[in-house]
Amino acid sequence: MDWTASIQGLIGGGFVGLSAVFLMATLGRVAGISGILAGLFLDKPNRDELGWRLMFLLGLVSGPVLLMLVGGVGNVADSSQAVIGAPSGEVPLMLVAGLLVGIGTGVGSGCTSGHGVCGLARLSQRSLVATLVFLLTAMVVVFLTRHVIGGAP
Amino acid sequence: MKAFFGYIAGLLFGVGLGLGGMTDPARVLGFLDIFGAWDPTLLFVLGGAVITTFIGYRVVLRQAKPLWGNSFRLPTRHDLDGKLVVGAALFGVGWGLSGYCPGPAFASISNPSYPLIAMLLAMIAGWWVARRSSFVQRAQPSNP
Repeated sequence: MDWTASIQGLIGGGFVGLSAVFLMATLGRVAGISGILAGLFLDKPNRDELGWRLMFLLGLVSGPVLLMLVGGVGNVADSSQAVIGAPSGEVPLMLVAGLLVGIGTGVGSGCTSGHGVCGLARLSQRSLVATLVFLLTAMVVVFLTRHVIGGAP
Repeated sequence: MKAFFGYIAGLLFGVGLGLGGMTDPARVLGFLDIFGAWDPTLLFVLGGAVITTFIGYRVVLRQAKPLWGNSFRLPTRHDLDGKLVVGAALFGVGWGLSGYCPGPAFASISNPSYPLIAMLLAMIAGWWVARRSSFVQRAQPSNP
């Protein structure tokens, strides 16, 4: 087992948690990425709301950029120097996957951050169920694509 | 001020995803591949995030209101319903196909590629579809 990756993962998770706590302490909001960004792109224009959501997105994008500038703190599986890994498939697969992620997190009111991090931390029963369902479904899909059908990366 | 707080929250989130290796779909898929060469990194990221948030929320939610705003906006629903489960399952399929959930996908924009752009645009389209679908209208209040 790669302990460096795991320990760095634990520290990274700590930063994600700090982000969630900070957003709750300052703006009183749950740090759910799908909710924040769906609101940014699809809500009726409202400067007060869109401003912080847009800045959240800019911060989200600049986080990995900051790590690249610092250097040596990446955690990509096959290159610990890199911060951002390559997509695992081509455009058609990503179009299907993106649509499913969008519809699923929209209908299910949350993703890995909203349900998986903030919801579990609040001991929400809804979030526990959602997290178990998306984890298990994703594991089944990876099992099918990698070990049954084959060919997937 | 709201914009500044939003930026700092996003920055912490992006740094955490990068440090944790979550901006690499191979790491995420490696975690989901429990019958292959299993990669536990995601479990450490999720664990670190949940523990930090659990402790932090305990302190923060004891206050009367957030620093900037009148009240904490927390989800109020407690019932389990079909939409929650079906939505989570659809999300799981997309996540398992790509290794991207929304945060890491958007956090990867500084290293653009056609597949990543396709993923992001399709995700936004998916959010739009979810809001348009009449059967989810009630689940999508304008201020969640």
